[in-house]
Amino acid sequence: MGNILSLKNIVKIYPNGVMANKEVSVDIEENTIHAIVGENGAGKSTLMKIVFGEEAPQEGEIYYKGKKVNIKNSLGAIKMGIGMVHQQLMLAPDLTVAENLILGIEPLRYGVFLDLKKITKLTEESSKKFGFKVPLNKKIRDLSIGIRQRVEILKVLMRNAKLIILDEPTSVLTPQETEVLFKSLKDLKHHGKTIIFISHKLKEVKLIADKVTVMRDGKVISTNDVNQLDEHMIAHMMVGRKINFKRIPETKNIGNPLLTVKNLSYLSEEKIYALKNINFEVRAGEILGVAGVDGNGQTELVEILTGLREATSGQIFIGEEDISRFSPREIREEKVAHIPEDRMKNGVAEHATIEENIIVDRYYQDHFSNKNLFLDWKYISKSSNELIEKFKILAPSSKASILSLSGGNIQKVVVARELSSNPRIIIASQPTRGIDVGSEELIHNLLKDARDNGIAIFFVSADLDEVLKLSTRIIVIYNGEIVAEFDEIKNVTQQDLGPYMLGVKKKGE
Amino acid sequence: MGKFILKYFNLIRAVIAILIGIIIGVCIIYIISKEPGVSLKSLFLGPLLSKSRFGNFIETASPIIFCGLAIAIPFQAGQFNIGAEGALFIGAVVGTAFGVSTNMPAFLHIPLVLLVAGLTGAFWGSIPGFLKAKWNTSELVISLMLNYVAYFIGLYLINFHFRDKAAGYLVSYKLPETAWLIQFIPGTRIHIGVIISLGFAVLIYYFLYHTTLGYEIRTSGFNINFARFGGINVFKVIIIAQVIGGFIAAIGGMTEVMGVHRRFNWQLSPGYGWDGVVVAIIGRNNPLLIIPSSLFLAYLRVGGKILNLLSDIPAEMITVIQSIIILLITAEAFLAGWKYRITVREAKAKEVGRT
Repeated sequence: MGNILSLKNIVKIYPNGVMANKEVSVDIEENTIHAIVGENGAGKSTLMKIVFGEEAPQEGEIYYKGKKVNIKNSLGAIKMGIGMVHQQLMLAPDLTVAENLILGIEPLRYGVFLDLKKITKLTEESSKKFGFKVPLNKKIRDLSIGIRQRVEILKVLMRNAKLIILDEPTSVLTPQETEVLFKSLKDLKHHGKTIIFISHKLKEVKLIADKVTVMRDGKVISTNDVNQLDEHMIAHMMVGRKINFKRIPETKNIGNPLLTVKNLSYLSEEKIYALKNINFEVRAGEILGVAGVDGNGQTELVEILTGLREATSGQIFIGEEDISRFSPREIREEKVAHIPEDRMKNGVAEHATIEENIIVDRYYQDHFSNKNLFLDWKYISKSSNELIEKFKILAPSSKASILSLSGGNIQKVVVARELSSNPRIIIASQPTRGIDVGSEELIHNLLKDARDNGIAIFFVSADLDEVLKLSTRIIVIYNGEIVAEFDEIKNVTQQDLGPYMLGVKKKGE
Repeated sequence: MGKFILKYFNLIRAVIAILIGIIIGVCIIYIISKEPGVSLKSLFLGPLLSKSRFGNFIETASPIIFCGLAIAIPFQAGQFNIGAEGALFIGAVVGTAFGVSTNMPAFLHIPLVLLVAGLTGAFWGSIPGFLKAKWNTSELVISLMLNYVAYFIGLYLINFHFRDKAAGYLVSYKLPETAWLIQFIPGTRIHIGVIISLGFAVLIYYFLYHTTLGYEIRTSGFNINFARFGGINVFKVIIIAQVIGGFIAAIGGMTEVMGVHRRFNWQLSPGYGWDGVVVAIIGRNNPLLIIPSSLFLAYLRVGGKILNLLSDIPAEMITVIQSIIILLITAEAFLAGWKYRITVREAKAKEVGRT
């Protein structure tokens, strides 16, 4: 079979000077599932945005169905039969599924009125034709992420896409939802569609793809048939060296509870209980992992623990002291470090320099300033440069702006600040989200060292591999409640956690 | 070359914007003036052609510098308080009222009058600051509205309670000589206030970049979530930045009264607060860059007045030039393509160098 899409020598440079694609060439065969894998920042998403017309390349050619094309925008791509499902789903939450599906291609009566009958008919037909069952009359906001994603895929299909790009579709799904998705993708292949599947989860690639292209550092390393490679070979190509999937060794010295949460509840501004009667404790020298699909109360919980939000009821203790009403500064002075889930929102000021970012929790302390009045920039630079070296941050100097760093290095700045504050407790939320494997491993090792030094670590992550790799104990959060606790995790697998994360199982059941 | 341009891009951009503004101004003058030579000479050389005009140029820069600083501090804190005009006006009114009603030696009188004016301005700045910190109201809208409140309260106080009926026009009583700022260059009205404004610029620069409070202000402006996350009391910062801004604007107004007119004679709001917004933008909120920006704007202002007097072009011409400059400096896209092309070239060169 011929190639539906050929990319030749694509070069893309972003306005901040990052060269995301360096002469990338890939051929996508028609009617295959083609995986593109690579670490975060390898250039996969950029390449797909170019195919979908969202970014313009500086150099290179695109051939679609054998003809050279110039894709100006996403509308042009859709017209040609290219569809894309983004990582962040792009649906209108207040409209129904059917309304979302026909958005932009509405059938009209008299040229102005929506033809409701036809809408129902059209959407029902498509749903049946592709075997995508979706609740047509429900509002998007009431649906789970898995269903929303199906709506998004169906939307693409209704626009007659021949080539469908899925950007990390499984990153927001539970293992069970992923299975359903994969079955649908195989059906679509039988319908004659071509699918480009972006991922960095190698198991999934082995499971579903026919071909796999490995990208690293903006370049294509190789394109192969999937059955010619095993997971370890792909992983090796992705990072250029061996990586460690193994659980970290168990902890030896577990001490007294340092962080205790009692009957904590939080009523959100929408008058919904985002957290319901949460109880747990974290002991010195252990990592308590929190597993859960994003948006089940983890954000609120972390913000309450760090003083950024006030709980509606319940208490938080550090040791014996009740800190429920403490300000962020008072909590930091109790030696609590916080690695925030959204580093660009909370973790850094991107236009400020590295050293200005590092001193945010200590600028008023001795050495950094003189009696909390005058800053000592010499001392600040010296201590910042020491951290840059110790945490292997790739930066020209401590006076470089955060904006000039890559995602992984920005996260290292955050981690360097928080771990160098000499904490007793670390609250880490998604500490490795969106960063390269090398930085991820460094951060994992740092957390392990902190644990072995007797620090209590509260660790939230949506990445189950990571939760299983690091945790001493695990709690699962669903819809603001702790639905399961695993004190012994030796034999716990992803499949065990999935039903709890989805809310189909509760503790004791 | 490419690296140099990237490093000083913002400065180069500002200079190009200023040049384009001036070029368009020149073109318009050529089109509408019967004697373009005379007009251009008045505008661009006018302020240098006599001692008194040069004095005008320098003394005009002084309140603009004050107001630029007054705007830059809240701006650096991410607070769009544009109330410098109101703080300047009400501060000068209350300071004048205090000055004409008290008698003491100069070494006490001058600082006390300035302090009273400054505190009034600080209070004025605290209103939008407090409302923002407490109830998240828009400091932009509140400070803008308060400008009018300040104006009318000020006029009421001067015209009904401190009016010098002997003067024959609507002005306050004359300040006692103990509250005068000395004019120290004969033949001009250049006064001590000019020196004070330069001193303030240096002081505020040091304050913003070398003190912990300055760091709190700038960090809150960079990213308020980050500041709160790091433990900074942003409630305090939001208010303090606007209080300091109001204080400085009011000092600016008061020095003008004490150094130039020696009595309160504004029946119209003088507009320095708005010039402050302009120079803060041109100087990118950097206190040291606000000095040359203010000199530039003051030069245009005085040139514009001379233009008005000696040629057939109205002074509003300056507003046209000024608008074009502000438009170009604030338009993010202006020269962004050029910068992008240089970035691409540099990135490619780096890549070639590596492999």
